[in-house]
Amino acid sequence: MLSIKNLHVSVEDTEILKGVNLEVKPGEIHAIMGPNGSGKSTFANVLAGREEYEVTDGEVTYLGQDLLDMAPEERAREGVFLAFQYPVEIPGVSTSHFMKTALNAIREHRGEEQLDAMQFLKLAREKMQLIEMDEKFLHRSVNDGFSGGEKKRNEIFQMAVLEPKLAILDETDSGLDIDALRIVANGVNKLRSSDNAFIVVTHYQRLLNYIVPDYVHVLVDGRIVESGDKNLALRLEEQGYDWVKDNDAVTA
Amino acid sequence: MSTENDTVKTPQKSDYDDKFGSAEQQETIEKLTQSDYKWGFTTDIETEVAPKGLNEDTIRFISAKKKEPEFLLEWRLKAFRYWQKMQEPHWPNVNYPPIDYQDAYYYAAPKPKKELKSMDEVDPQLRETFEKLGIPLDEQKRLAGVAVDAVMDSVSVATTFKKELAKHGIIFCSFSDAVQNHPDLIEKYLGSVVPYTDNFFAALNSAVFSDGSFCYIPKGVRCPMELSTYFRINAANTGQFERTLIVAEEGAYVSYLEGCTAPMRDENQLHAAVVEIIAHKDAEVKYSTVQNWYPGDKNGVGGIYNFVTKRGICLEENAKISWTQVETGSAITWKYPSVILKGDNSIGEFYSVALTNNYQQADTGTKMIHLGKNTRSTIISKGISAGKSQNSYRGLVRVSKNADNARNFSQCDSLLIGDKCGAHTFPYLEISNTTAKVEHEATTSKIGEDQIFYLNQRGIDTEDAIGMIVNGYCKEVFMELPMEFAVEARNLLAISLEGSVG
Ligand SMILES: Nc1ncnc2c1ncn2[C@@H]1O[C@H](COP(=O)(O)OP(=O)(O)OP(=O)(O)O)[C@@H](O)[C@H]1O
Ligand SMILES: [Mg+2]
Repeated sequence: MLSIKNLHVSVEDTEILKGVNLEVKPGEIHAIMGPNGSGKSTFANVLAGREEYEVTDGEVTYLGQDLLDMAPEERAREGVFLAFQYPVEIPGVSTSHFMKTALNAIREHRGEEQLDAMQFLKLAREKMQLIEMDEKFLHRSVNDGFSGGEKKRNEIFQMAVLEPKLAILDETDSGLDIDALRIVANGVNKLRSSDNAFIVVTHYQRLLNYIVPDYVHVLVDGRIVESGDKNLALRLEEQGYDWVKDNDAVTA
Repeated sequence: MSTENDTVKTPQKSDYDDKFGSAEQQETIEKLTQSDYKWGFTTDIETEVAPKGLNEDTIRFISAKKKEPEFLLEWRLKAFRYWQKMQEPHWPNVNYPPIDYQDAYYYAAPKPKKELKSMDEVDPQLRETFEKLGIPLDEQKRLAGVAVDAVMDSVSVATTFKKELAKHGIIFCSFSDAVQNHPDLIEKYLGSVVPYTDNFFAALNSAVFSDGSFCYIPKGVRCPMELSTYFRINAANTGQFERTLIVAEEGAYVSYLEGCTAPMRDENQLHAAVVEIIAHKDAEVKYSTVQNWYPGDKNGVGGIYNFVTKRGICLEENAKISWTQVETGSAITWKYPSVILKGDNSIGEFYSVALTNNYQQADTGTKMIHLGKNTRSTIISKGISAGKSQNSYRGLVRVSKNADNARNFSQCDSLLIGDKCGAHTFPYLEISNTTAKVEHEATTSKIGEDQIFYLNQRGIDTEDAIGMIVNGYCKEVFMELPMEFAVEARNLLAISLEGSVG
């Protein structure tokens, strides 16, 4: 589904990703861990199409297409979803209006019928229940005045509405209380199927007890230096990153 | 001459397209047309034109044509003589080539235009705009100059509403009709808020105004429906000088809507209107405008010069006047809907969205003149500049020395889209009473790349994303608009922003 080869990315002439390789197949969950500033968010944002990041080398194929050639909204319509590490506030725009517009843009792209206000509301309410969010958030401005945890939960709500094929979760667990963490993880697990895949960026092994990954990768200084199964996360939790830091890049 | 006319907002269901979901929202645009509309498309119209240019004879000609009483002719002539001694002002932050006031027609019945047979003959770009606005087909045809038979039906519907209004003693008619049928009211109130000496364009308007609307709500009457006027500039090369007068007697209430649309033309046209509002004791007048005069093309060719004087007076205690405006059109907009807070405890409000794109220029704001005690005013202004446009907020809050405990809150926000446009804020404060409380907040921001990316990442393209962010930014003002107007305003913003990206 997603094939990343030798990806190099710079920001303002500083190289941040220095040759990342990754293969993701439908149905898989990949966890990405790594120290602060190692390039995890950069990686997530590049996949989503953020312009400030310049791809200097490498290729990314998504469902047989050249992902790097697609505009951010095209990627989204083709099923790429990024749960932002820092969700953005849009004052004056209600969450329901925002999500209805987004969902209908995606449906139009797929040649599906537009949902009207009532149909959308019904769907949105179901998804709100799924992640145990109060319906009132639908009527509030997008992330405006939301607490940190509410913003994160709102990202998962959006994911649930849009049902992406490839969801990239950038530290969605940070800032969540224990209950919220479980609820969010449940939400992800309910959306999980043999057709979609997840890339989960996290600092904490704890999340991976709830969302069990097929692979764990360690990103250090712009390279994946170690890959393994979920036990790798346990070892990192115990031993920190020092032991992997000097590894050479691996092909995940 | 323009076809200017009055209608009543129809509350009835209509069968045109279901773009906006709910039934109320479908009634976005005026469906009814106005009584003198038929001028545009029938053959028995007056085709007389006053000779080009402006002199006392032109004014006598206009007044005679309209069979006006002596007092009105005299008033026009005084205004004209005064105007002749005035200089065109150049203090606003706008630029335009000198206007030759002699090179225009001040009275022209509409020339029979080439009549288009179907919508297929209409400029596709114009048609597309109509469609996006969700303007009903008849209305589209009308705007584009296609013959419409259905108009006759609407006239009779309009008459039904006039009957309903008459039942409450409400007068709502064209200014010309009011001059004929209610000359006492006109004589009493005309020029009482905006005297002809007020400014250059008000003086010009007073001398040559063609028509307009008159609205009178008697004591204790709450107008049962929103009143609406659609002004249009149709004839080429004619300035538009309409005049609106609204009087709300003690305890009366009215919500008045003014919508403006004009066909596209290459030459610039002057629109110098005057609106006067008088609110007596405990009366409330809400005046909402969605101004979408032709802004010129993307290279700045053509478009309306919209130089308008709008002012209301809260004459007695507890009166309230609110101005809400959404300004997206015109090549140049220059206007300051104002409130004179004369009565104690009276309230003035100004809610404004002014959006400029391409080469548009806007210098707009308000004046809140606090004369009475415990008077309160609120100013919320949202300026949005895109393209190479210039957008200025200019506002005055004056608290006179007897206005004890006056309060004002002003918030002026500017949003920039791109880096070739400008936003400017000129707040003036003249406070002569130490008990006054005046708060002013101002912000200027650029539309956020991170916001746009966030929306892009959810599948929304950049143009729609900007439309959504800007609409959110203006929400406070839109909330003041009647529902169907708010829908129209939102669509207008989105359309006006087109091409502002990239
Ligand atoms: N727009 C930018 N301009 C300059 N430097 C940037 C920019 N974006 C990222 N960087 C730098 O790139 C490096 C990687 O940042 P990134 O956000 O990808 O790290 P991360 O692995 O997600 O860290 P964290 O765990 O703290 O979220 C950092 O040193 C960061 O300062
Ligand atoms: Mg990060």
